[in-house]
Amino acid sequence: MDSQSILQINDLKVSFYSGERYIPAVDGITFELKDGEILGIVGESGSGKSVTSLAAMGLIPSPPGKVEEGCILFEGKDLTTLREKEWRKVRGNQISMIFQEPMTSLNPLFTIGNQLAEAIALHTKQSKAEGVKRCTELLRLVGIPRAEGILQEYPHQLSGGMRQRVMIAMAMACNPRVLIADEPTTALDVTIQAQILSLMKDLNRKTHTSIILITHDLGIVAEICDRVIVMYAGQIVEQGDVRTILKTPKHPYTEGLLRSVPDLRGKRERLYSIPGNVPAPGSIPKGCRFAPRCDSAFGKCHEAAPPIYKTGSDGHGVRCFLHKVGEESGEHVGLPS
Amino acid sequence: MLTYTARRLLSLIPVLFGMTLVVFAIIHAIPGDPAQVILGQRATKEAIETLTRELGLDRPWYIQYFDYIKSLFTGDLGTSLRTRGPINQEIWPYLAATLELTGAAMFIAVLIGVNAGIISAWYSNSWFDYTAMILALIGVSMPIFWLGLMEQWAFSIQLGWLPTTGREDVRDPITAITNLYLVDTLIQGRPDQFITALKHLILPSVALATIPMAIIARMTRSTMLEVMKADYIRTARAKGLGMFWVVYKHSLKNAIIPVLTVIGLQTGLLLGGAILTETIFGWPGIGRYLYDAIGYRDYPVIQSGILIIAAIFVFINLIVDLLYALVDPRIKYNQ
Repeated sequence: MDSQSILQINDLKVSFYSGERYIPAVDGITFELKDGEILGIVGESGSGKSVTSLAAMGLIPSPPGKVEEGCILFEGKDLTTLREKEWRKVRGNQISMIFQEPMTSLNPLFTIGNQLAEAIALHTKQSKAEGVKRCTELLRLVGIPRAEGILQEYPHQLSGGMRQRVMIAMAMACNPRVLIADEPTTALDVTIQAQILSLMKDLNRKTHTSIILITHDLGIVAEICDRVIVMYAGQIVEQGDVRTILKTPKHPYTEGLLRSVPDLRGKRERLYSIPGNVPAPGSIPKGCRFAPRCDSAFGKCHEAAPPIYKTGSDGHGVRCFLHKVGEESGEHVGLPS
Repeated sequence: MLTYTARRLLSLIPVLFGMTLVVFAIIHAIPGDPAQVILGQRATKEAIETLTRELGLDRPWYIQYFDYIKSLFTGDLGTSLRTRGPINQEIWPYLAATLELTGAAMFIAVLIGVNAGIISAWYSNSWFDYTAMILALIGVSMPIFWLGLMEQWAFSIQLGWLPTTGREDVRDPITAITNLYLVDTLIQGRPDQFITALKHLILPSVALATIPMAIIARMTRSTMLEVMKADYIRTARAKGLGMFWVVYKHSLKNAIIPVLTVIGLQTGLLLGGAILTETIFGWPGIGRYLYDAIGYRDYPVIQSGILIIAAIFVFINLIVDLLYALVDPRIKYNQ
């Protein structure tokens, strides 16, 4: 294990029971989160991003879900073997999480102060006064003015952006090593989005908390992530350094995603969209999972599932037969542009 | 919260007035001459005239209504035709008996009903869930008189653990102060009598609690199941909270509002509708008091009883409304 890596996910497989059998939602993914980095996980809805993050929190609803295979190593300790009681010491303390819907993610019947203090009291042995002090500190940290006043207020009295800030404050309450943000800005206005993102980048720099940012927006990835993982139908299809991937995407899927981002400066033309949909778990095609939607697919793609090929020294990998022989000889054919 | 309370209190005024109108109309709804009907076929002319004057029926109805309201404001509920005593004094012991019975029944119903509902939702589709919900279904459908008789047969006659009827041991009568015997015996420092009073209370209150308990359990289960899917529950778990706090703090507070409505309505129903239970267990409550009054055509008593039960019903609902606002901060802001 890399000395720098803080969270390592090895060959993780998470399945959900549906009717008569277990159907994998995440199928053998392996990646690591390095200390202090911001890692983006990108993919369409249904690609397994959220399931991966819930697994890292031990929050896969069970039944019907279960982690079937693989391990999640946090600071060298396998989390998948933890019992519920031990999980509680990890959740919110060492690994914490914020969610997509700030409007509904806070309990409407308790004050902000109550919900924040709860997170602090759970994992630290602080007095009430210290707790209140820490609450205001946290709210200032996430850029909320008049922190003392907010503590007495209820979620419905705050705007969406403010609520997401509170959620972040709550997640940061115990100085976690890892913060998982599941589409934290999807439900927010664009201007607020930018604020929340820069706040997260700020926190990452100040507190050295590693962040996993789950999103379907490559623009966000470009803005704040160091490395990125592209997921498709429960698998990783490409991973590597953000710059490399955004500049020279190797997997046709990544390329498709990039082409579907509107460009404000470029000439106006019909926005590209990848044809078809992510296959539903349980109806995964034989061979490459992306082949049915891929413009560059050839015979072999429909027969065998490609492994991940390393295409560079910087850990860049891609699950595509087009890159079978490696960087030097495997000339990138890609999509016709 | 204060302005909300004040507003809710003000909104009661028209309701209470409407109630007095209905109750006032009861005596006028009697076909023919009310005094004749009350006194029966063989009453003398003098007696009928006296009663007519006593009831104020010889004056125009609006003056009668005005007088009625005026006397209500002074706390005067009129005179019982049967006992010739002032109703406001006579009615209290009966009312207290019913309050004690209803209180005990609702205590049992809420304690067991809410917890059974919570555990059923927590372990939904488990054996506990199935058992509890089948029992709840049986509870709702069980005729209360039959359940009462079965209780008496099992616990009084067969096992001899608990008394069959009444509120007290007739050989050792309880001195009434508030007429709530559990309170009275404690005030007087008589733990032995407290135990006796409690023993008398158990069977009727369990019988009375069955239906509301079942309804509360089913209601709690379904709202809890709904709430436990909410995003903020996931947030609470992501903080590292254990299931106990997730369920009893974060879920229950959100799930309890519809349950409060049911609790309020059921309490109101029990107050007026405990006649069956009171009859079976010889409980001298307001239901039996009214039942007897109807038998004697004691109209002033019937009027007063209905008025009091209706007023309590309205106030219970007021309390429920205030509790909503206490539980959910959004309610008082939205209005």
